Amino acid sequence: MNRTSLRRTLVPAVAAVAAISLTACGAANEDSNDSDKGLSGTLNGGGASSQEAAQTAWRAGFQKDNGGATVNYDPVGSTGGREGFLDGGFAFAGTDSYLSDEEVAKAKETCGTDAIEVPAYVSPIAVIYNLEGVDSLKLSPQVIGDIFNAKITKWNDPKIAELNDGVDLPDADINAVHRSDGSGTTKNFTNYLTNVAPENWPHGAIEDWPIKNGEGANGTSGVVAAVKDNPNSIGYADASQATELGHVEVQVGEGFVAPSAEAAAKILEVSTRVEGRPATDMAIDLDYKTSDSSAYPVVLTSYLVACQQYPDAKTADLVKGYLTYVVGTAGQQAAADNAGSAPLSAALADEALKHIADISAK
Amino acid sequence: MATAHTTEAGSSRAVRRPGDVIFSGLSTGAAFLILAALAGVAIFLTIEGWPAVTASSGELGADNIVLHVWPLLFGTLLAAAIAMLIATPLAIGLALVISHYAPRRLAGPIGALIDLLAAVPSVVYGLWGIQYLAPKMLPVYQWLQDNLGFLPFFEGPATTGRTLLTASVVLAVMALPIITSISREVFAQTPVLHQEAALALGATRWEMIRLTVFPYGRSGVISAAMLGLGRALGETMAIAMVLSATGVISFNLISNQNPSTIAANIALKFPESTGVHVNVLIFSGLTLFVVTFLVNFAGRWIASRGQVKG
Repeated sequence: MNRTSLRRTLVPAVAAVAAISLTACGAANEDSNDSDKGLSGTLNGGGASSQEAAQTAWRAGFQKDNGGATVNYDPVGSTGGREGFLDGGFAFAGTDSYLSDEEVAKAKETCGTDAIEVPAYVSPIAVIYNLEGVDSLKLSPQVIGDIFNAKITKWNDPKIAELNDGVDLPDADINAVHRSDGSGTTKNFTNYLTNVAPENWPHGAIEDWPIKNGEGANGTSGVVAAVKDNPNSIGYADASQATELGHVEVQVGEGFVAPSAEAAAKILEVSTRVEGRPATDMAIDLDYKTSDSSAYPVVLTSYLVACQQYPDAKTADLVKGYLTYVVGTAGQQAAADNAGSAPLSAALADEALKHIADISAK
Repeated sequence: MATAHTTEAGSSRAVRRPGDVIFSGLSTGAAFLILAALAGVAIFLTIEGWPAVTASSGELGADNIVLHVWPLLFGTLLAAAIAMLIATPLAIGLALVISHYAPRRLAGPIGALIDLLAAVPSVVYGLWGIQYLAPKMLPVYQWLQDNLGFLPFFEGPATTGRTLLTASVVLAVMALPIITSISREVFAQTPVLHQEAALALGATRWEMIRLTVFPYGRSGVISAAMLGLGRALGETMAIAMVLSATGVISFNLISNQNPSTIAANIALKFPESTGVHVNVLIFSGLTLFVVTFLVNFAGRWIASRGQVKG
């Protein structure tokens, strides 16, 4: 009795295992048969999770043109991506903050020559709010800093009221929502506040929310849901992910600017490069203090890092091909469509393409 | 049957068939495998968590590791305790309804439905909590703040539904099926003779349950509650999604500032952590491991004590 029931379970189990391994073989065969056009091989990269949605679009687009190529992007986070690249584990890395000077030196050791660092993903971060009956809200960076630092706790605070003439602000507690997970969005947002309003936001530019005030929510979608569900809330999130909510117009110079792809691309144009970097390094010091009212300063800038030279020709060709696609018009448009990023300006894209074109085998 | 054929009387050795040997070998192996896995986890957590203990305060962002882990442990215990406070009485009531009150053709489906709750993935509970329960709870919290705000638990300000109380309610719903189904089984095992005797002596149904079912089932219910508590302590995804965790230590259950729990904190912070911060997370995991162990031992101890009495 026992023996038969054991057999009854064993036989299908063995059959299932066999079936799985067979299909696995089948799938592998199919892949290798399909390598008739374009580049082939496997490219491993990883890094910032902010790029994940864009990377998915890029991979799909690139693999469509290059049937035999497989690109893997591991969203381990910016720090993990840079470490993986410097250790040689990743052929390329995505990072929300550009390489530090030490990392630039280390990258030169890893690659043999100076590494390439190009902006690939620029996304405006919107300050989102949920206030009944308020269609447009203008805030200065100082006030935003005070709100997230819990110094301003009521919506009808005079500091908010004086920026919003004629807007009927409710006498309600402000529910400021932040990311409860470590996040590049938080880092870029706090970096902006630190640069523009250091007295109102004294906590520096960090990935983990530093203070205990406000509501914490998991991920971009969590922040958006929290703001949407709770009246009188304010938060920050990728502008593309929060289209249904009100976007704060942020004060820049004399004017107030709402987040848009054009305004976000503009801030990169008016900003200057980080000094003392190799020619192949396009790291940008965002000019948060710009007074150009056509630029939206709260942006997330994510870079791709790669070597100029790779030991084997296959990897070199793959990296070159992939990065050319990503930075080019098609790739930037794919990211804009799928991840809501702001396409790079023609000048920046051309410069990046020039650096990428120099990638070669040793 | 085999012994019937042996003609020699007094042979003390039992016959061992290959099947017996294989089966006993397999089961012993399984037992040791569990021990080895558990020991492996404990060793891994200790080794990987140790650098967090010796790390300097600058690296930690807190004065020492205890200060770092304590708010998380506090949140874990508080959320689980409130969840048990909600779930246990509810589960015992449900179990009684199924075992003693409901007519048989209703009891079966109710029991099956409760068991079904256990099959729902925690991330689904998380979605339900964040999308449905939290917004619905906000008016309740505002009422609590207005009317019971003098109590430290309901101080507010109630600006969000994603509070510790909401998280505890979600945990309670998740622990409910475990406690219910074990309690139900235990209650159903109560000797019919005891029950009939109580009824024959003139006890009402409630008195009969109090006199026979509860004393008989006490240890089983306690074990069930401990298992439920284990689930509540270790729950990760639902809490990470539902709770607005900011790391304070507070008994204020309805504000947007809540202590996080260990498991949820690991899930939230791990993806972007490197270096010593990973060790810190693993050390907090070790803490949870030890706490869960202690809870289980306590549960077993209480349960075994109850058994001797019964």
